[in-house]
Amino acid sequence: MECVFGMVGKDFALVVADTSAVNSILVHKSNEDKIMVLDNHKLMGASGEAGDRAQFTEYVQKNVSLYQFRNGIPLTTKAAANFIRGELATALRKNPYQVNIILAGYEKETGLSLYFIDYIATLHKVDKAAFGYGSYFALSMMDRHYHPDMTVEEAVKLADQCIDEIRSRLVVAPQNFVIKIVDKDGAREHSWRRTTKE
Amino acid sequence: MSIFEYNGSALVAMVGKNCFAIASDRRLGVHLQTVATDFQRIFKIHDKLFLGLSGLGSDAQTLHQRLVFRHKLYQLREERDMKPETFASLVSAVLYEKRFGPYFCQPVIAGLGDDDKPFICTMDSIGAKELAKDFVVAGTASESLYGACESMFKPDMDHEELFETVSQALISSIDRDCLSGWGGHVYVVTPTEVTERILKGRMD
Repeated sequence: MECVFGMVGKDFALVVADTSAVNSILVHKSNEDKIMVLDNHKLMGASGEAGDRAQFTEYVQKNVSLYQFRNGIPLTTKAAANFIRGELATALRKNPYQVNIILAGYEKETGLSLYFIDYIATLHKVDKAAFGYGSYFALSMMDRHYHPDMTVEEAVKLADQCIDEIRSRLVVAPQNFVIKIVDKDGAREHSWRRTTKE
Repeated sequence: MSIFEYNGSALVAMVGKNCFAIASDRRLGVHLQTVATDFQRIFKIHDKLFLGLSGLGSDAQTLHQRLVFRHKLYQLREERDMKPETFASLVSAVLYEKRFGPYFCQPVIAGLGDDDKPFICTMDSIGAKELAKDFVVAGTASESLYGACESMFKPDMDHEELFETVSQALISSIDRDCLSGWGGHVYVVTPTEVTERILKGRMD
């Protein structure tokens, strides 16, 4: 029942994820952050098997940092996306990671990009993406209301519409959501949408 | 659903008079859900050689990277581009290496060989080559494509008529297949130029 979705706006990208950590019928916690900040200008929202998600996202974050330490410059978003795809593809026929990833990043040269990376290592650059059961609702809402060059207010309003739809129509809807944003000023948390406090 | 039908794809290549056309659909799906409508399935290896990869998108991307790598090495060593026949043998060997854990892809190779003679071939996921003189098809819409191509194909078409024929065959087949569609992407290659066009079909 995990939901992650993202969209590209005029000069920013938004990534939204639910924050529930669930084990069969038990909700362990409702403030699990599933959107990792890879570096100053990259966000990686991940959904899937809990252990794989935590391990793989940390692995990617550490390797992205290592590249920056070794080479003195950060990886581009495209390079990071291809690195993630390579790791997933190599592991696919040995010990697959069951993690779906939405990567958003900003560079001065190329601007904003959003990448859809499947757990089978299918990589595609997109304007909007969603994973999980919530994707059925989020993608349809975004198909209807998304347009290129949205402002932050419009995009957050669209994200809210998607979250409302997920909350009202998904049988076991997640309780809380976190919205993170990346633009030329960096990657940061934007806001939370809570129904339960923790 | 089979793993070959996970992402959905449709590919066709057709021979004309001193030219060839290779065309694909543009949908990237995950089972019944459409993820993107601008997915690239046809890759240029060199000016006179194109490779289309149908089947699982991830394996198509991996195979494309491996084959471009092998071709670049070949270019460095031999100081020339690979002939289409040679490239087809290379793809066949790369696929058969994974005989007992294959790539879930069906390639379509199209190129202009010696004297700009058009060459097309397809193979299954473990590298069994199928050379043809007229057209080859691959993907989830392959059965429709066989029928459409068989009825519309004429030998020795010039590049404009070839474009029309390939486009009509592709669009009519993918419009009937739920897993492929969202328009078409057609490359028509003659000895002097490469024309790339996007087609609009049923956008569903």
